[in-house]
Amino acid sequence: MATVTRKKKKSVPSPPSFPKSLTGISGFDEITQGGLPKGRPTLICGEAGCGKTLFAMEFIVRGAVQYNEPGVFVAFEEKTDELAANVASLGFDLKKLIKQNKVRIDHVHIERSEIEETGEYDLDGLFIRLEHAIDSIGAKRVVLDTLENLFSGLNNEAILRAELRRLFQWLKEKNVTAIITGEKGTGMLTREGLEEYVSDCVVLLDHRVNNQISTRRLRVIKYRGSSHGTNEYPFLIDEDGISVLPVTSLKMEAKISSQRVSTGIPTLDEMLDGKGFFKGGSILVSGTAGTGKTSTAACFADAACKRNERCIYFAFEESPDQIIRNMLSIGVDLKKHIDNGLLKFHASRPTMYGLEMHLVVIYKMIKKFKPKTIILDPISNLITVGNVGEVKSILTRLIDFLQTQQITVMFTALALNNIVNEQTDEGVSSLVDAWILIRDIELNGERNRGLYIMKSRGMNHSNQVREFTITNKGLNLEEVYLGPDGILTGSSRQAHLLQQQTEALLLKHSLGRKDKEIGRKAKELQAKIATLTSEFESIQEELKNDFIEQELRKEVVQKNRAELISLRGNKKIK
Amino acid sequence: MKKNNTITPAYVLRLFITGASPNSIRAVNNIKVICEKYIKDNYVLEIIDVYQQPAVAKNEQIIALPLLLKTHPFPVRRLIGNMSDTDKVLRGLDLDGKINTDTIDK
Repeated sequence: MATVTRKKKKSVPSPPSFPKSLTGISGFDEITQGGLPKGRPTLICGEAGCGKTLFAMEFIVRGAVQYNEPGVFVAFEEKTDELAANVASLGFDLKKLIKQNKVRIDHVHIERSEIEETGEYDLDGLFIRLEHAIDSIGAKRVVLDTLENLFSGLNNEAILRAELRRLFQWLKEKNVTAIITGEKGTGMLTREGLEEYVSDCVVLLDHRVNNQISTRRLRVIKYRGSSHGTNEYPFLIDEDGISVLPVTSLKMEAKISSQRVSTGIPTLDEMLDGKGFFKGGSILVSGTAGTGKTSTAACFADAACKRNERCIYFAFEESPDQIIRNMLSIGVDLKKHIDNGLLKFHASRPTMYGLEMHLVVIYKMIKKFKPKTIILDPISNLITVGNVGEVKSILTRLIDFLQTQQITVMFTALALNNIVNEQTDEGVSSLVDAWILIRDIELNGERNRGLYIMKSRGMNHSNQVREFTITNKGLNLEEVYLGPDGILTGSSRQAHLLQQQTEALLLKHSLGRKDKEIGRKAKELQAKIATLTSEFESIQEELKNDFIEQELRKEVVQKNRAELISLRGNKKIK
Repeated sequence: MKKNNTITPAYVLRLFITGASPNSIRAVNNIKVICEKYIKDNYVLEIIDVYQQPAVAKNEQIIALPLLLKTHPFPVRRLIGNMSDTDKVLRGLDLDGKINTDTIDK
């Protein structure tokens, strides 16, 4: 048989496009660039409870439902009813598929105590069953779960091994795409060394617990004739079955947008060139405890929903109800967006599952809900499940993914007060497009918030520290107030403002008094002028009168003299 | 198939084989010899070719062939192989103690 194999390999040069069979398992087809090798057996191995049976079952069911490829599931461990019940939780109606002749389940029961080996035998019974099942529904896919159970039921290993070799060869001849599951053994991929026979494709499933948090991982160990992702990929088993997350596309080829989105705080928009952030950008809001990071994030979400865009809020610290209640106090009504189906909350404790799992969950929710904006509040809590390096790598991949999807993301991060660690916010500060920092300003026995923009790529932005106030009408940034001793905030700013107002009032008052005095002075002066004028007039009149009197007297004297002369003359002349 | 008409046979046996494969032929011969020797006139033997009735493979949970299924008397036993190991066949048929393997074809 070995010679046949060799001959075949020699005679068939690897075709340019390797024929593959899509599994329909989300993410897996991307890693393997098209699924499992078509018409060949694939080994899925892993420890107990790592999801081998589910993987195989999903392969069969999705094949039958999505790709119209009927499948045969040979179960060595579970009975048909058990299998149907197990996958019913994933929304697969196995019984219906069986009735429609799209799936056939064959439960193989081996009970060692019932069996007595009385000489040479072969596994023709299994072959006949398999062939019968395949031919009866025209199956293209076959699963053998878990073949190694044969070894526990039958003693003659030499016969078994020879028969297994014949089985895999036979499966290839049958041209069915097969999955063989095998339990992981010590030092070997499978307990009975099945990998020796299945040489085309081997996938290892792993279920690891690190820091009491479990993560499922998948790795394609071998894929003959095809390139494939070689990393360990985290995967998730939930109500939609298995989803694998291909998370290593770090190509930095994402298209970018020059569109802008409002921050939800008009005054903050002003600081950002008057327009807000870039669409599809990543924004980090960091600050110490109680500086209003969540409020800023909620405002951003609110603004997105008001633009009629979808938004997912991933809360790692507070429950959705808590956030909704708290945000109502600052005049942000998130409830109505939830009712309108624009906003979705996803609250989970960071310790619920591993970091990779969080990423898978986020990835899945985004694919499903298709939001334009997402919020992660706060990312600092993720540190509890991984170290800084891991968190950074996760966030890098997340940002990368979001960029390709043109989704704007806002992270909030807690900065610790006692360390000067402005640069170490989970190491993402260098990755994000915009970074807003909110700080406490302690002065005169009170604490105020100061907000400034550490960076904002690709736009003009204010370099000023603004006072950040949270009121029941929303968030606001106060104008920069420069007092005589620098920037003033809080009540000292208000006190200074009041003082200035008083001064202005007083000044106004004193000015008024002076004006009145001047008025009075002017009036006095005018009165004096009037008297002097009238005095002058009377004198002038008197003088005039005197003059006229003198003239008159002069006239009269002359007249009299003339008469006198004339009188005297007459006598003399006569 | 052999039947005893006078009394109800104690042994109900079914032998599943695959056509005329060497193992099948030997199994048929061997089991016939054993039966004739140890439980003569006290058994029913049915020989079934699984190739002819593939559905029976699933219904009877057959994996390894040839298979001798003893459904009566209880307990149900499954004997696989070409029945060349007479000791084991006898043990499987609960006939231990009457061992004489001279005539068995090995």
